[in-house]
Amino acid sequence: MTQPISLDLDNLITEASGMIADAGSIDALENARVELLGKKGRLTGVLKSIGSLPVEEKPAAGQAVNKAKQAVQALVDERRLVLDHAELAEKLKSDALDITLPGAGGQAGGLHPITLTIERISALFAQLGFETSIGPEIEDDYHNFEALNIPAHHPARAMHDTFYFDINRLLRTHTSSVQIRYMETVQPPLRVIAPGRVYRCDSDMTHSPMFHQVEGLLVDRDIALTDLMGHLEAFLKLFFDQDDCEIRFRPSYFPFTEPSAEVDIRINKGPWLEVLGSGIVHPSVFQSVGIDTEQFTGYAFGMGVERLAMLRYGVNDLRLFFENDMRFLSQFH
Amino acid sequence: MKFSEKWLREWVNPAVDTEALGEQLTFLGLEVDEIVSAAPDFKGVVVARIDSIEQHPDADRLRVCQVDFGDSELVQVVCGAPNARQGLVTALAQVGGQLPSGMKLKKAKLRGAVSMGMLCSSSELELSDQGEGIMELPENAPVGTDLAVYLELDDSIIDIDLTPDRGDCLSIRGIARDLCAKNDLPLQLREINEVTVQVDAEYAVVVEPDNACVRYAGRMVSGVSVGGSSPNWMVERLRRAGVRSINPAVDVTNYVMLELGQPMHAFDADKLQGPIQVRLARAGERVLLLDGRDVALDDETTIIADDSGPIGIAGIMGGESTAVDENTTNIFFESALFLPEIIAGKPRRYSAHSESAHRFERGVDPAGQREALEYATGLLKNIAGGKAGPVADWQNSERMPIRPTVEVRNSRLQRVLGISPSSSVVETIYQRLGINCTATDAGWTVDAPSYRYDLAIEEDYLEEIARVLGYDSLPRTFPAHRPIFRAVPETRVSPLAVKLRLVAQGYQEVVTYSFVEAQQQQSLRPDLQALPLANPISSELGVMRTTLIGGLVSTLQKNLARQTSALAVFETGLRFLANPDNAPLSELDEFIAAAHGDDLQSDTGVHQQNMLAGLVAGRRHAENWNSDTTPADFYSVKADIESLFHQANGLPVTFEPTELDLLHPGQRAGISVGGHVVGFVGALNPTLQRSLDLDITAIVFELSLEALSSSRVPKATGMSKFPQVRRDIALLVDDSVPYQAIVDIVRENAPTILRDVKVFDVYQGDKLPEGKKSMALGLILQEFSRTLEDKEVEKIVTKIVAALEAAHGAVLRV
Repeated sequence: MTQPISLDLDNLITEASGMIADAGSIDALENARVELLGKKGRLTGVLKSIGSLPVEEKPAAGQAVNKAKQAVQALVDERRLVLDHAELAEKLKSDALDITLPGAGGQAGGLHPITLTIERISALFAQLGFETSIGPEIEDDYHNFEALNIPAHHPARAMHDTFYFDINRLLRTHTSSVQIRYMETVQPPLRVIAPGRVYRCDSDMTHSPMFHQVEGLLVDRDIALTDLMGHLEAFLKLFFDQDDCEIRFRPSYFPFTEPSAEVDIRINKGPWLEVLGSGIVHPSVFQSVGIDTEQFTGYAFGMGVERLAMLRYGVNDLRLFFENDMRFLSQFH
Repeated sequence: MKFSEKWLREWVNPAVDTEALGEQLTFLGLEVDEIVSAAPDFKGVVVARIDSIEQHPDADRLRVCQVDFGDSELVQVVCGAPNARQGLVTALAQVGGQLPSGMKLKKAKLRGAVSMGMLCSSSELELSDQGEGIMELPENAPVGTDLAVYLELDDSIIDIDLTPDRGDCLSIRGIARDLCAKNDLPLQLREINEVTVQVDAEYAVVVEPDNACVRYAGRMVSGVSVGGSSPNWMVERLRRAGVRSINPAVDVTNYVMLELGQPMHAFDADKLQGPIQVRLARAGERVLLLDGRDVALDDETTIIADDSGPIGIAGIMGGESTAVDENTTNIFFESALFLPEIIAGKPRRYSAHSESAHRFERGVDPAGQREALEYATGLLKNIAGGKAGPVADWQNSERMPIRPTVEVRNSRLQRVLGISPSSSVVETIYQRLGINCTATDAGWTVDAPSYRYDLAIEEDYLEEIARVLGYDSLPRTFPAHRPIFRAVPETRVSPLAVKLRLVAQGYQEVVTYSFVEAQQQQSLRPDLQALPLANPISSELGVMRTTLIGGLVSTLQKNLARQTSALAVFETGLRFLANPDNAPLSELDEFIAAAHGDDLQSDTGVHQQNMLAGLVAGRRHAENWNSDTTPADFYSVKADIESLFHQANGLPVTFEPTELDLLHPGQRAGISVGGHVVGFVGALNPTLQRSLDLDITAIVFELSLEALSSSRVPKATGMSKFPQVRRDIALLVDDSVPYQAIVDIVRENAPTILRDVKVFDVYQGDKLPEGKKSMALGLILQEFSRTLEDKEVEKIVTKIVAALEAAHGAVLRV
């Protein structure tokens, strides 16, 4: 007579439980599982032995063995989970990176500070409906001077050290020439800014033979000097974005505006600095493009981009903008 | 213009300090450049008299003076100046005093003789830039007085930057007029009396018609003595105005010009030959100017001449031959009016920029000649004696400059200025400015004073109101805004978007000059004609660029010199192609010219085209612990360009052979869009690289910005729900067969179901026969409406391989 199956099973489960708990790795656990539950495993052996039992005992014995198998399987699964976690934890530990090393690949590029400044100006004026226009840099005398009320031998020409190609062709000395080109094709009311390169035959610490201006022109039914002052004051305050920023206007002279105003700015009680020239469009300019001076008035302004960029970004030497030293340019990334 | 504040305050004296006065001037539009003290930085210098003088016993050049400086005792001073003499009143820097140079005076021994201070020259005291010998002060100068007090040096020098329209403010009187209007004060008029005519000496003047001269006043002053120096007060005022004292006759003309604004000239009448003639120069005539230059005159220039020929350029500069010198006894004063429109441009033509020319170019008061002549005569007589002759005053009234009468409408005033001042405010301002104004229903009728050349139209008079009120007293307003909804064409890519794409790819934007050195330009694009500047800053900046590559190459050179080893830069901007009729353009340049149309051509016959150019050299990625160290090459830069065209989402871009010598013959491509060449990319030609002294390979590209700016609005299509199949094939082909030729055949033979072709390996080397390469392609196939069957796929691949063999002798590698 053999021992009752139930007793065998109890011992087996106790033994299995020990084996499973002792399995220190997934492989060891697998070995234990095969030994217990595999085709030739011990529980499988017990199940096979049921065949020799009397018929009436078979159902109960079968049930008991299956129950035992389930119990062992549950122990295996439980242990597997523990070992999986441990193994993953080990693996993650070995995957750890030096998170302070710099990121790999890629390279920093950037826009030139002149572009940054022009884009900033454009974005501000775009809110007031100004569109951007450009014009040629090699100009004729008419668009650069004549149409702007600067006839030949006008003393104002002495203020423009002009680069010439021949008697009629020159490098534009200001972006004001774009005013004329724009008004030749667009009817008022109009709002436009014209950024671009301009040229003066002058080179020293504070002058570059090439620099940038942004021209602005607004023509509408009733545009007054006070509107010019309102717009430009608001623009400069927004451009510089400083709490203590004062703007002052003083009379000046440009042949293509009347009245004319120079605009100075003072930030944090520093010195007053001249940043732009402006005025009410001179009637003779409107006449040269066929705009009725009784119907329309307008204002125009021109600002030096380098000057604004120097003030905004603390650049102390104009020439840096054109030397293209990467040590300088990379500061604007 | 520089001037003494005290001098100005004699004409108008507002109750404000120097700084506030400067502010007033600036806000009147007479911008103050700087205000400096009139006193040079010296201390302890007094008026002193040389009581006695004797030779230094041990030094030939030195003398020992006993000097009276107002103390009870004399002081001994050693002096080396040749003009030191008994009785001379001069300047003594006492022991303990200091000179502007910073030198502190101590008791000294000079070759054994004690010296208690130093007798000073005006240059040592920085009161002039000349100075032979010690100062010579008037005999009645009070000995012992502080020199700064005696010379009234407690004054400021105000330097203003005048705009070219305000010629009327090129004088003390003119500036004072504006201040009168600002402060509502009357002008303190200088009393100028007619000088009694004492001799009947007259000098004949002949003014020819049709030149710059419309008024010519003159007179003789006979028997003057101009060998001495001008009085200190005059020398000082001239000095504070930046004018050097020459002799009493010349000083007087300068003094009058500074105070009243009327340029004058003094001739030595005894050097004149025959009558003075005012006429246009004749061809071939020359004149020796006061600045020592002998210039050839053109027949548009008004000159002053006598029987000997030209003796000066009218209103611009006098001549050497008739200049006043220390022996001159008879003077002829000229006080004339030359028209600005005729004088303008002439000083520049003759490089003769004088105070006189500066004023005549901007307009001199047509009413001021006689007054200036009388004032100068009186001053000269007081200083140098002499007897005045009668005044000759010729004028051509028909050609006199006149200011038009203008209507100033109150409605216009409000519209242009944005303010509504009362009539009395407007009228007071006009009156103070000397503008004659009569009220009308609509506003005023106004007439400018003769000296205000800048007042011609209604707006000019409106500005006067704003100017005198002060721009800063006006409100700052926003005009009524009628917003405009502008179209935003999705088919345009902005230049900024193009730039930002490159920036994201690691490129730095640069800005280089549009003018470059002719030689470098020629070596880069010998096929293009550059436009030279007539007056370049230097030959390095002599011609307009025909390519942006030059500036980028220079940028590379400069940065390499600063220890940079890798660079990726780009620039956008115009290139300039001159005279395309004479120089046939390549297809590239033709296309770009056509694409830009006329929009930037102006009327100058020069193509001005917006370009994008780039240069990459050295490693592709910044140096890093694990990143790729391979240098940028043709393919990496090509990828960057392809990315720009992805953004443009326009027509397909292809890379085709090109002949540009600027590039490496084996590594260069023309870039085409829609069958038109729009740019190029390639390695810089090694020959060129060597001549530029570059020891690093540079990949460059240049493209029409316009070609990158047109896009398509995306049009979405459906996607297949069925799986795609990939078949890889490896082909053995001749080296010379380009990838594009193979891929074209592949596409031709599977038009509908070929989704994509990947080239995943290209190999040349030992394992292959000479002259062959292996190319491995991944063919991605997919049907839209069903799953592809293996048999179909096999059939297509076989067909493709057969076609490749037929077209290019390609063999399938197994």
